Amino acid sequence: MFLQQFFNALTLGSLYGLIAIGYTMVYGILRLINFAHGDMLMLGAYFVFFGSAIFRLPWGAAVAAAIVAVSFLGVLVDRVAYRPLRAAPRISALISAIAVSFFIESLAVVLFTGLPRPVYQPDWLITPFEVGSSRLIPLTLAVPAVSLALVLALLWVVYRTKPGLAMRGISRDIETTRLLGVRVDRIIAMTFGIGTALAAASGIMWALRYPQIQPYMGVFPGMKAFIAAVFGGIGSIPGAMLGGLCLGFIEIMVIAFFPLLSGYRDAFAFILLVAVLLVRPAGLFGQVQEDKI
Amino acid sequence: MKALRMMCGLFAFIAFAGTALAAEPIKLGVYLPLTGDNAFGGQLELEGVQLAHQQFPEVLGRPVTISVVDNKSDKVEAANAVSRLIENDKVVGIIGTYGSSLAMAGGEVAERAGIPMIGTSCTNPLVTQGKKYSFRACFIDPYQGAGAAAFAFKNRGYRKAALLTDISNDYAVGLSNFFRRSFLNLGGEIVSIMNYQAGDQDYTAQLTEIISKNPDVVFMPAYFAQGSIIMKQARELGGKFVLMGGDAMDNPDTVKIAGKAAEGFLQTTFPYSVNMPKMSPEAKAFTDAWKAAYPQKDPNVNAALGYNSYLMFIDAFKRAGTDDPEAVTSALAATKNLSTPLGVLTLNETHDAEMPVGIIEIRDGKSVYLGEVVLD
Repeated sequence: MFLQQFFNALTLGSLYGLIAIGYTMVYGILRLINFAHGDMLMLGAYFVFFGSAIFRLPWGAAVAAAIVAVSFLGVLVDRVAYRPLRAAPRISALISAIAVSFFIESLAVVLFTGLPRPVYQPDWLITPFEVGSSRLIPLTLAVPAVSLALVLALLWVVYRTKPGLAMRGISRDIETTRLLGVRVDRIIAMTFGIGTALAAASGIMWALRYPQIQPYMGVFPGMKAFIAAVFGGIGSIPGAMLGGLCLGFIEIMVIAFFPLLSGYRDAFAFILLVAVLLVRPAGLFGQVQEDKI
Repeated sequence: MKALRMMCGLFAFIAFAGTALAAEPIKLGVYLPLTGDNAFGGQLELEGVQLAHQQFPEVLGRPVTISVVDNKSDKVEAANAVSRLIENDKVVGIIGTYGSSLAMAGGEVAERAGIPMIGTSCTNPLVTQGKKYSFRACFIDPYQGAGAAAFAFKNRGYRKAALLTDISNDYAVGLSNFFRRSFLNLGGEIVSIMNYQAGDQDYTAQLTEIISKNPDVVFMPAYFAQGSIIMKQARELGGKFVLMGGDAMDNPDTVKIAGKAAEGFLQTTFPYSVNMPKMSPEAKAFTDAWKAAYPQKDPNVNAALGYNSYLMFIDAFKRAGTDDPEAVTSALAATKNLSTPLGVLTLNETHDAEMPVGIIEIRDGKSVYLGEVVLD
């Protein structure tokens, strides 16, 4: 039974982690909390649904198309809602992000209706098999594996490629990076593209695990993942993954060890997180930044 | 919405113009959730009311008009809707609503104004408690919970039950407690009590815990969206127990979302289903009339409850011999042995309809009406 709970936690935690990476990436570079991230996750799941239901795409193709489409939307959101506010105080961009989030949710209610819809799950992902006394489906292992692969790929982009170098430059100082001849807006657009592609990927995996989509499905996971990102040290990619895993494990293990608290698990999970933040205010992997004068 | 309201107005006008010289109309108001979260049930209930109105457009030699207001699945809107019906439309009686919290908000207003109100599918005991002017066409949750427990224990022989409850929802908490009490009284055992909160999508931890206690049946009085995800996760984790829910699971989408995991799911509901095997003549007449009026969709319990609410008013008008709200309220309180599609209807001293609890099982992706549980 403990093993079963371990796998439950691993799946949930790596989903949180994967969503948290998208938050942390945009924040690390722009110091902007992209509240629309959770809604991009929802769009990813819906696009797969429409890809298969309306355009009759095979499942794999629908997934690929959805990720590409959502990532373009991410770039578009940056162009329309964030780029004009680049020089404005940071709080204005934050308000703009909240507005984008509400806008996407309301638009989705109008276009897709509020009724929850079923999600297609390929059989090979959900055929159960037994490991010892636990019962697993391939999806339980696929989610952490895909998450890990995406983290490694992302680390490679950020630390081993030229655009990655530019991203790191922008995160230190936008103006200086611009003076060095980097096309800053293009790099930022790319960051949004990658960030929202990750949101779409995590949304698709979320919908496979919890097979139901509705316009507000991204709100809770988005909020949890944001907290995971802060916990791991916002701006740090490994930190976000670890923060997500910690949150997943705490949520599941609270119930495994204290069944009586099952209804209040969020409260207890967050008390633990607050306790950690009191000791390490910048999160597990975060660095305290000092403002230069 | 506007179009609908205008249409209703137009119908009312035509009805009015035709008989204005003959007699003053009797005005009834309807407030239901036609948009928002509860729109699915609210719409069907409105269509039920309208069907009954078509069949019985007159009483006491006077035409009946109905004014419809959307309460938008919102408590504040529900209270406003009732004020509007009473102050603007001068109605003498109100039908509504789906959703206990909406009914409580609207009921307060009607109580102050002294206008009788019949709730359609609000099952929380508090809706009519201590109220003179609030009635309902449905049974209440203690009764439904007892029905579920009795069916599980007596008909199916389940002895070990577990509970999985949304603790942020009054309906779920109430129903779950009533099930637990009745199941224990019958001599059963509750092996695990697990909770979650609205908005949760991962129930694997709770379900793993429940599976380790090996219950025969898990009672989960959820709404259909959560309920169908719970079914899926329970089967993925290898749970062999039977899952059981309440009337809020009555939605065709349950099977669409849960797929194979919905097989064998049991739920309590009101004693009507379009595919029930032994239909009473009243239920048969209602079903046929519905299919003639709305050929594109099947009637369900909500439709029947809307229909019944209107019948109850007509019956009360007849017995009171007037449309005076006080006299109609007294007549409603004395409603007895009224033949309806949901069986013979009698209101008890707390203004709740007494009717048997119906049981539905999902078999081969279809909901099958198993019959009624009669409680001692």
